[in-house]
Amino acid sequence: MTDGSIITQLSIFVNNEPGRLAYIASVLKECDINMHAFNLAESADFGILRAIVDDPEGAYEKLKAKGVIVRKTDVICVSIEDTPGALFKAADAFGKAGINIEYGYAYSGRKESVFYMRVNDPVKAVQVLEDSGIRLVTSGEV
Amino acid sequence: MFWNTKIECMPSEELRSLQYRELKSLVNNLYSFNKFYHDRMKAENVHPDDIACLADISKLPFMYKQDLRDNYPTNMFTASNSEVVRYHVSSGTTGKPTLVGYTRNDLGYWTEALARSLTSVGIGSDDTMQVSYGYGLFTGGLGLHYGAEKVGATVLPAGTGSTERQIELIKDLGVTAIACTPSYLVHIGDVAKKMGIDIRRDTKLRKAVLGAEPWSDNMRKHIEETMGVRAYDIYGTSEMAGPMFTECEERNGIHMAGDIVYCEIIDPDSGEVLEEGQKGELVVTMLKKEAMPMIRYRIKDITSIDNEECPCGRTSPRISRISGRSDDMLIIRGINVFPSQIEYTLLRIPQLAGHYMIIVTREGALDRMVIQVEIKEEAFSDKIEDMNKLRAYVEAELKKYLNIAAEVELKAPGELPRFESKAKRVIDKRVF
Ligand SMILES: [Zn+2]
Repeated sequence: MTDGSIITQLSIFVNNEPGRLAYIASVLKECDINMHAFNLAESADFGILRAIVDDPEGAYEKLKAKGVIVRKTDVICVSIEDTPGALFKAADAFGKAGINIEYGYAYSGRKESVFYMRVNDPVKAVQVLEDSGIRLVTSGEV
Repeated sequence: MFWNTKIECMPSEELRSLQYRELKSLVNNLYSFNKFYHDRMKAENVHPDDIACLADISKLPFMYKQDLRDNYPTNMFTASNSEVVRYHVSSGTTGKPTLVGYTRNDLGYWTEALARSLTSVGIGSDDTMQVSYGYGLFTGGLGLHYGAEKVGATVLPAGTGSTERQIELIKDLGVTAIACTPSYLVHIGDVAKKMGIDIRRDTKLRKAVLGAEPWSDNMRKHIEETMGVRAYDIYGTSEMAGPMFTECEERNGIHMAGDIVYCEIIDPDSGEVLEEGQKGELVVTMLKKEAMPMIRYRIKDITSIDNEECPCGRTSPRISRISGRSDDMLIIRGINVFPSQIEYTLLRIPQLAGHYMIIVTREGALDRMVIQVEIKEEAFSDKIEDMNKLRAYVEAELKKYLNIAAEVELKAPGELPRFESKAKRVIDKRVF
């Protein structure tokens, strides 16, 4: 099943104070962590930086060693470039299969625009998308 | 104008001998009938016979808020359930609240004290008084309510909140006097202005009895200049009964009715009684209380005492404006909050790491309390709604235990300051 359809996202807790995001960015740089996509969800007092990186396992260890609060989360990714309406089709298929999209974010990469999704059951979600003929972007492709 | 001229203007010598007689019988009673105080006197090796003059009170052991907590709910009561006619509840220093009970006579003396106080500031049967202290478990609302009724004022039991409605009532009913916290009166002034109402010109409000939180002569000046309302300080805690004593028209200290309370000022560290005029911690002995006696109770407010007869004619000792606390209690929107209560609440929440900071500010006229908490690493979720839920849960728990709204900010582990010796977790930026 590990054909790369399930992508490891790093979620990082960022205090909402001046300079905190810059600090996290500098730690990522210092640790040589290459980001492919990121998204910042904000609340009044804190933010959650979600990042798709090269070698998430290694990056996770490096960040932890730096005292950064980080968590690994399984996400899946669909292309929203080559099949217009793919996102709608995916959401529709998920609805029928009883899968919830907890959050998602679009990212326009070098090659194509993609949509990352955090769902309650990623394994089942991959199956549902494959059955519906929706192409998944794999970790090798991001 | 006096409510009870005989007592209020009693010659000092006579008052002191009255106080001595009251103290003597109180101590005899407690030694004979109250297990808590009997044991405490035994432990300190004091006998009622040791009390041979008023100054001998210093031989008696102190009582503390902790004693109320340890004896929660009614173990310290000296009246039976059939004699107790009311309870009030305030927040304790940790989980357990502080319960106070009253016999009919206790309520009578509380009301009597307020009747004297209100009369001394010129509030009487021609007045309409709005009581904008909280009604309910808090002593302020009901206390002032019955005091104002006693002097024959028309009482409007407004309670707290719905400020615009309160202002409309002040205007429509010709309210002449109000009892509330000083910051709430400033807030009323601010809101009235926004409503296009000038308190001075459009209402009959002329007097305010303000207390339950620290304030200053600067704030008094501000209130008087912006609203045209003459402001008087009121003092009293739930352990005494509730708000009880005020300044008179002279406004040179709060008259502490000598037949009801005996006041001492002590050095908070050594416990030694200080000379008249010296600043220290107020210790009160309630001379008339039945349900729950208070002997040398360490109230923890910092003030000084003046025994000189007041130009108003009253002979009762006066205490100066409370200038601080000898403990870390905070007063937020009139509600007493102990950092230990906050800590107690936070430590019971498994997702939190135990480090916290309390930041108090004043926005407009109202206090704002922000509590920063560190979450445990495992409590961190990539889903913002999980984090928002956690924050809301912490806020609800604090609200439940403190009885006051606090805003919570979630912080990453390690973000808040660490303290090597005495923790300084409270940042109070308010200017009174
Ligand atoms: Zn006076």
